Amino acid sequence: MCAQPAPEDTTGRVVLDARDIARALTRISHEILERNKGAGDLVLLGIPSRGVPLAERIAERIAAVEGYDVPTGSLDVTMYRDDLRLKPARALLHTEIPEEGIDGRTVVLVDDVLFSGRTIRAALDALNDLGRPRAVRLAVLVDRGHRELPIRADFVGKNLPTSLVERVKVTLAGIDDVDAVTIHGEAGAPVGEAR
Amino acid sequence: MKRHLLSAADLTRDDAELVLSTAAELRSLADRPIKKLPALRGRTVVNLFFEDSTRTRISFEAAAKRLSADVINFSAKGSSLSKGESLKDTALTLEAMGADAVVVRHGASGAPHRLAHSGWVRSSVVNAGDGTHEHPTQALLDAFTMSRHLGQGKTGSLDGRRVAIVGDVLHSRVARSNALLLATLGAEVTLVAPPTLLPVGVDSWPVETSYDLDAVLPKADAVMMLRVQRERMHGGFFPTAREYSRRYGLDGRRMATLQDHTIVMHPGPMVRGMEISAEVADSDRSVIVEQVTNGVAVRMAVLYLLLGGAQPGGEE
Repeated sequence: MCAQPAPEDTTGRVVLDARDIARALTRISHEILERNKGAGDLVLLGIPSRGVPLAERIAERIAAVEGYDVPTGSLDVTMYRDDLRLKPARALLHTEIPEEGIDGRTVVLVDDVLFSGRTIRAALDALNDLGRPRAVRLAVLVDRGHRELPIRADFVGKNLPTSLVERVKVTLAGIDDVDAVTIHGEAGAPVGEAR
Repeated sequence: MKRHLLSAADLTRDDAELVLSTAAELRSLADRPIKKLPALRGRTVVNLFFEDSTRTRISFEAAAKRLSADVINFSAKGSSLSKGESLKDTALTLEAMGADAVVVRHGASGAPHRLAHSGWVRSSVVNAGDGTHEHPTQALLDAFTMSRHLGQGKTGSLDGRRVAIVGDVLHSRVARSNALLLATLGAEVTLVAPPTLLPVGVDSWPVETSYDLDAVLPKADAVMMLRVQRERMHGGFFPTAREYSRRYGLDGRRMATLQDHTIVMHPGPMVRGMEISAEVADSDRSVIVEQVTNGVAVRMAVLYLLLGGAQPGGEE
């Protein structure tokens, strides 16, 4: 969740372009199917805002391979964040749990960037209030390291070693203009996955 | 958002839309197995009710509890307030107990404002109805209900929608808050009442006024009926209840003149047979029960936005 509508800064170095992202998502989709032995019982939950279109794209690819529409939704974690009290109250993002629910299913959380792991910690708490999945997996487009909690991703688009002063920005068609992952230097204001 | 919610006029259009879109997200909580969010864990909300209320107090209590806040209910009956304690001393007690928000209902217009700006308490103050002045969370829940039915898909937008508010406007804090908020959200409000029940200075409100209910109804997208507040009336505002009901009550005959999509609202408590007939109150157009459901979501949104984040620098 590092990708925020930051001040326009187009000087970043492109790490993944649209075709790289497409290939990474295709691979992740296949890995999810392989690991899960099929698409049955899967639920994809994207973490807003950019995890949601990623989850939808993965669902499209799974449908193309398996001919099965995986229930897909979104899970807002704002109220579960550990930094809620550090900033003024934030607007909530959309949560939509598929009708089938999550009880007894394998939930794959989908997010754009894995950084400190705090967003995922919040997402696990949020899931806890929604039901009891059989298993929870994590798929991310970019893992930039610097974990602050014992959390790891099961499916990673690209491991991206970064320094703490750098900022990783994900843009996705649908929300932004183009598909791209860029790294920005020290120019960026506060670094952080946490918003 | 400001630190307090005292008047619907405090809300800019952005503020109001933020409350309504937050409420839209929170409304889905009612359908979940665990109706609880952790956002206000460790915060204390005091419900300070100097006037009787069922709906509003229960609604605020449910809202605060669903956000995991601790709730202390304080009503005039059965507390030191009935022994003659002043508002100031009550406020100092609340401050000493460490309240983060005080939800206050008071018979005197302006009591919440006094509480917020006197320096007696550091907590956020939410006006839950003061005298004949304002009731901003009621207006927010009414706007939320309207936007769900008339909002053309976008929460919070009521641009160009026509709302008729009918009845005892003079004594109604609901009417004043609604008039202000609905104008902020772009709706066209018409107040319909006998001349004796329109407040002095109504011409400075952002509304139209009319004495003729039958002329207004066919154009309205939402009709809000107000209770005749007998307990606040000391004098003859209309000849008889029957005459009032015939000229300003909503019955089946009048309901038939409404457009197909028009909804009928009432802030409650309603007096069936007076301002609204049972036939109308129980009809498909009536969203009166839904208003109560939406009230919890809207009050959760207000409490979350006031208390959920960092407190803006102590003093205002």
